[in-house]
Amino acid sequence: MGNEDAGSSEPSDGGEERPPPLPPRPSQTRANGRPQLQSKATTALSSMNIQTQSFPDGSRGSFSTPAETTTAASEGQSSTEAEQSLSSMGLSAAGNARPNDVDEAMSVMSYAPTTRPTGDLESLLVGDMGRKSPAWMLLRSQSSTVQPFEKARAESSGAFADFEHEFEDIPDEPGKPWNDEDRLQLWKSKLKHYMILSSAGKPIYSRHGDLGLINSSMGVVQTIISFYEGAKNRLLGFTAGDTRFVIATEGPLYLVAISSLGESDSQLRAQLDALYMQILSTLTLPTLTSIFANRPSSDLRRPLQGTESLLSSLADSFTKGSPSALLGALECLKLRKSQRHSINNAFLKARAENILYGLIVAGGKLVSVIRPRRHSLHPSDLQLIFNMLFESGGIKSGGGENWIPLCLPAFNNRGYLYMYVSFLDRQPTETGSDPTAAGEEIALILVSPDKESFFALQQMRDDVVTELKKKGLLNIIRTAAHKGRSPINEIAPGTYISHFLFKSKANVQFCMPSLQPAFASLVSRRRLMSLYANLHATVHARHSHLKILHCVNEDTTSLAWVTPIFEFYCVAGPNASRAVMTQGANKVIQWAKREEERLFILGGGVF
Amino acid sequence: MADSANAPKPSSSVKLVLLGEAAVGKSSLVLRFVNNDFQENKEPTIGAAFLTQKCNLPSRTIKFEIWDTAGQERFASLAPMYYRNAQAALVVYDLTKPTSLIKAKHWVAELQRQASPGIVIALVGNKLDLTNDSESGQGDAEGAEGEESGDARKVSTDEAKSYAEEENLLFFETSAKTGHNVSEVFTAIANAIPETSLKSTRGPGVSNAVGRGGDEQRVNLNGPREAAKEGCAC
Repeated sequence: MGNEDAGSSEPSDGGEERPPPLPPRPSQTRANGRPQLQSKATTALSSMNIQTQSFPDGSRGSFSTPAETTTAASEGQSSTEAEQSLSSMGLSAAGNARPNDVDEAMSVMSYAPTTRPTGDLESLLVGDMGRKSPAWMLLRSQSSTVQPFEKARAESSGAFADFEHEFEDIPDEPGKPWNDEDRLQLWKSKLKHYMILSSAGKPIYSRHGDLGLINSSMGVVQTIISFYEGAKNRLLGFTAGDTRFVIATEGPLYLVAISSLGESDSQLRAQLDALYMQILSTLTLPTLTSIFANRPSSDLRRPLQGTESLLSSLADSFTKGSPSALLGALECLKLRKSQRHSINNAFLKARAENILYGLIVAGGKLVSVIRPRRHSLHPSDLQLIFNMLFESGGIKSGGGENWIPLCLPAFNNRGYLYMYVSFLDRQPTETGSDPTAAGEEIALILVSPDKESFFALQQMRDDVVTELKKKGLLNIIRTAAHKGRSPINEIAPGTYISHFLFKSKANVQFCMPSLQPAFASLVSRRRLMSLYANLHATVHARHSHLKILHCVNEDTTSLAWVTPIFEFYCVAGPNASRAVMTQGANKVIQWAKREEERLFILGGGVF
Repeated sequence: MADSANAPKPSSSVKLVLLGEAAVGKSSLVLRFVNNDFQENKEPTIGAAFLTQKCNLPSRTIKFEIWDTAGQERFASLAPMYYRNAQAALVVYDLTKPTSLIKAKHWVAELQRQASPGIVIALVGNKLDLTNDSESGQGDAEGAEGEESGDARKVSTDEAKSYAEEENLLFFETSAKTGHNVSEVFTAIANAIPETSLKSTRGPGVSNAVGRGGDEQRVNLNGPREAAKEGCAC
């Protein structure tokens, strides 16, 4: 759609007719809503206003074509800032302007700068480029090497300003320094809330604040929901200011997510669903139903006692931004194919009779799976297990082997399975602090339907560990876990992409590069995940049918690419051109294809 | 604990189970005994944890196989699996919470009814550091935080002790936080286990008892009735 209308306009105000200082766009008065787009582009500076643009070139369906037609100097094409054009003009010859502009017209016409100051350009061209003059700094700020959110980091602006305090506890006791009003204020300042209540209005869980403090707020929520429920017109969600409320009704439970983080309804709904799954995992569906069938006013807090920490760690992983939850996929530990094969074999060889699933997990990343031929594991079930073992401290800190009855709702929500968990190779140190840093612990998880099989599974653990040690595989796992995710410049050298997510659809698994150093902090990680969430929501919007999505905003450029085989999302600095992005994307995808059998578990050990 | 004995002493395994209300400090006691460690705000145990620790007596070595169970009510129906064939049990209550002693008494009754006849039961009042009679300085500091006099004790030593004597239980007041009396509990249990029940290295384990496993819910559903039956049989 952008092709003809912008393609015809851009060359006319390009470099040829009027050299560098370009005329303001309004002179061209276009009829079809063009002015609106312009005003958006210039006023969107302070918000995370992501513009989307689809490419109707599905028939070509590849990124190499545009990449060939673009010159490397086409950096200026996509910025909202007026200075943006300077670097492109300054670095490329006038003759390049036309292909540039054509390319630009196809990609992000809505961002074509409107006014281009003349004076700055001259000073740039004449000035000493080697010196780090203000102009040079300006120019540098346009380079593709600028990291995403660099500007935002400095300013700590907008919706994420308070995010650092998001996970701080609201003080329990109404002691001296805190009265209830202060605590309510603190409670209101949280950007994300989850509440669970029964349809009779009994509070069950709230992420922030003790239930006594926020009882009245829960009451309001319950009143609003039941008002619509009474009118046989179920309330799904509403917006107040910039806060979105999403309500899920699951049998006798209301689950409410309240977010000021700009997540989409479907994402919030998926998060609520995961919390509901956690409740089912504790109680099973028949138990939950019968509790409320017998007494609708039952207080579910008692049967759920002790699982608040699991709900909270799950909720916090969503609030921090979890690529696994976003993509509905798992991450695996990268291992050589032959190594993974030997681990699977050692695992299968030691198999106990009663086992249903066996998993080796290192720091939340899957190392090996064994399973019966007719059952595969559901990511949502694994998410619950990983949350229990790695996010919440209950089991990790115990120091022993664990025997845990739990329901895996996606597998079967009607009954319990029994899970044997052992963290391997842990030296009992006198201080209790673990020698292996968090995120590197190796856990062996064996799931059985037989509640008496603890010692059989313990024997299996011993056999597996002996075998893995004998073949040196345990060390390989430990080394790989310690190494962590590869940095992006190792995966795709020379690319300007700062981060990506790659999901292999067939395997329901994903991989990503290290979050270090650019996205290590809580806030920048949240920014990144919000960006991914936006891309994901746009690509998966019901009527979008997008294959490729290129977004540019003030401090990032991002790209989503969806095929039947994979989903790919990547992020670069604000000045990365589309050519640079596509080049990087192609590099990463080639890498993922090449390394597929190392990155992903294809099938696992089947018995 | 102590280094292994030079001369090979007879060694035997003892299955020990911890029972008691949620949040009385069962896992903390075990953590103190096994790792000599303490964690503030420990998260609740889910299901049960299995740990081992050796205890050296002058004449022999006892290897405790410890089942640290979760105290929440929804796990109560699984308890028989853990106390079945146990040679020792630690029933724990919280000195600052009278209801936890009531729960402890229920556990003692259930054990006397359903566990193996010779089981050694110790009643343990935990969180002594929150009371005034803990000699250590830490206890006082902790008390100051907990406002007023600093004595949060709600269950008197005499009350619990006389109950323990009635029921023929070992009795201790401990602090997992300071470590006070913790190893003493386990040593006393080790000493109280009759020599005769220490023949095999592992008593008939859980795995051997599969046949009896089918009807675990009985404890909750018709406990009283069974109690009556047992009473008649005696």
